[in-house]
Amino acid sequence: MPLSAPPPASGQPYLLSASLDNARHLSSLLRAVHFQDHATCFATANGLRVTVEDAKCIQANAFIQAEIFQEFAVQEESVTFRINLSVLLDCLTIFGTSSLPGITTALRMCYRGYGYPLMLFLEEGGVVTVCKINTQEPDELLDFDFCSTKVVNKIILQSEGLREAFAELDMTSEVLQITMSPDKPYFRLSTFGNAGSAHLDYPRDSDLMEAFHCNQTQTNRYKISLLKPSTKALALSCKVSIRTDAQGFLSLQYMIRNEDGQICFVEYYCCPDEDITEAEL
Amino acid sequence: LSRIGDELYLEPTESGLSLRAVNSSRSAFASFLFAPFFFQRYEAGGPQADTELFRCKVLMKSFLGVFRSLPSLEKTVGKCLILLKPQASRLVVQLHCKYGVTKTHNLAFQECERLQAVFDTQHCASSLRAPARVLAEAVVHFPQTLAEVTLEAGPGGKISLRNYVEDEAERSKMMVTELCLAEDEFQTVAVAPGSCITFCLKEFRVSPCRGPPSQHQVTPQPLLNLLFVPQGLLAFAEASNLPLTIHYDVPGRPVIFTLDDAVLEVHLVLATLSDTESNLQPPTANGMSHLPAPSDDFADDLESYMIAMETSAYEEGSGVPPSPTFPLHTPRAAESDPEEEEEEEEEEDEGAVPGTPPHKKVWDGHRGAWGQGDGHSPLLTPHLSPQFRSLFFGSVLTPGGPGLAPTQEVLAEDSDGEY
Repeated sequence: MPLSAPPPASGQPYLLSASLDNARHLSSLLRAVHFQDHATCFATANGLRVTVEDAKCIQANAFIQAEIFQEFAVQEESVTFRINLSVLLDCLTIFGTSSLPGITTALRMCYRGYGYPLMLFLEEGGVVTVCKINTQEPDELLDFDFCSTKVVNKIILQSEGLREAFAELDMTSEVLQITMSPDKPYFRLSTFGNAGSAHLDYPRDSDLMEAFHCNQTQTNRYKISLLKPSTKALALSCKVSIRTDAQGFLSLQYMIRNEDGQICFVEYYCCPDEDITEAEL
Repeated sequence: LSRIGDELYLEPTESGLSLRAVNSSRSAFASFLFAPFFFQRYEAGGPQADTELFRCKVLMKSFLGVFRSLPSLEKTVGKCLILLKPQASRLVVQLHCKYGVTKTHNLAFQECERLQAVFDTQHCASSLRAPARVLAEAVVHFPQTLAEVTLEAGPGGKISLRNYVEDEAERSKMMVTELCLAEDEFQTVAVAPGSCITFCLKEFRVSPCRGPPSQHQVTPQPLLNLLFVPQGLLAFAEASNLPLTIHYDVPGRPVIFTLDDAVLEVHLVLATLSDTESNLQPPTANGMSHLPAPSDDFADDLESYMIAMETSAYEEGSGVPPSPTFPLHTPRAAESDPEEEEEEEEEEDEGAVPGTPPHKKVWDGHRGAWGQGDGHSPLLTPHLSPQFRSLFFGSVLTPGGPGLAPTQEVLAEDSDGEY
């Protein structure tokens, strides 16, 4: 049941106001990008984007389009603020994280503007909780400048095939090496850990492969510690698209279907590791 | 095997692939020999006919890491390929999985000496054979933290298991569990009456969960079971529906659990408590001529257990005859001390036998006797405390084989230069 928040005293509508019948639609997506405490929220008429960055090398974005919300209104062209994502998640899940059938937490989110806190009204079973989370100056975000025209190699895989692989990555390896090629081994994930090296090969004709567009053989290494958080997004998703550009920048896009069957996206961008040495085969 | 040691010794032989492990105190040893038929394809040795068979050891952790998630492996892995590439210094394990996915693991290995434990089932005075289920069900009655268990062949064909209590004084304070099995529960019973042994149970627990039934196909399944079924040999045996045979002798001599079927031979060798209570008779003519008259508790200790791994059972011409040829060892007198506890548990040696008995004895090479670590004469120790004997492992070089010299691994301190 939609909550109605009191209008701001000044009579102006909130810069951002949104209602969501099931807060889990938001919280699960935010968890998929929660590898740092702080996130930048960016809201437009199209919806909400939450960005998390680390080490100037990796960026994750969670997109919740306006259609997912029962109500979504943005007064200016865009609204941006920085917020503590850990706190936001704690609030969104304040009634607990277990999902009993039929019981959902309803959410209303309001933001008055620059300098004001983000207000959350959460209701479950008649109990209402009001949260006010302080907002901060938004950080400047990295622009990976990753557009489809610059993509060299692209693969779309069913997430099922990658989930176990990512969960079991040899974390004693510093890097995850990704090889994409029109020839064998087509798509290979490699780690070089204490026990030795491990290679995971996916053939292009595998049932898991939904699309395979590799034009050039590319081998790139990425810091495994940066990519490991993407496992959360992978676990939620049904499909993942893996793209690299000429500089070796990696784009991972996860298609996530929520409880109501609606589609949302999470993407991860990662810079290649600077010291590239010969891969051990 | 991972319950025993940190390193997995791999030795491909003509008669199959042998996987072995030993614990740090050298008091527990296990080997699994997979016959060539177990595999879809088995090639030992390089392309040249006379290439010496290579053996290596890998860190148990590394090897297990390849097979990390057992449940999903069963569903997704079709074929497992294991290659030893000495030139590249890599052991390659390649899993062919569902959807055409291939996982290749290149593990670093170390060259090593053959890991052999010296034991001989032929020379064991007693043996028992029972379906694993019988023994598993018996063991389950003992508390999880039990350290040592005593197996005894009592009068009337009764085989009993009870927890071992070190001190008489403790007996009155501790809960003593005793379980008796009738002779007819066993498939074979050939025991010396009154024989008993005690061995360490601590890490050999069988967890209540049963492993999946073995399929006896040539798939990675049984191999995975052996690596991962955390319950140990007993559960493995249960899962494979194989009977376990227990060979034992007198206290102090190791107890050997064996499991075999057409494609697999398993040996688990555990040290037993040498009983140091008063009525122990020193063995006659045990060849430890250098030893001064031992007091009772060291009688067994004085024997040198050069337990040569009984690869002779499955290795032709290994040069290690069934009868132990170690110079200091002669077959024990048939008289067994009534106190000797034979462990009848066919338990899987799941874990390391705790290495340090109360008075740690060190084999003193010079004196040819067990000595205290600090050099005091053991013979003067006033109070009798049972000691676990360490199985000595000989680093045995195959006669005629050049052996891998520089990395000679000293597996045991040995007074007699057994090579």
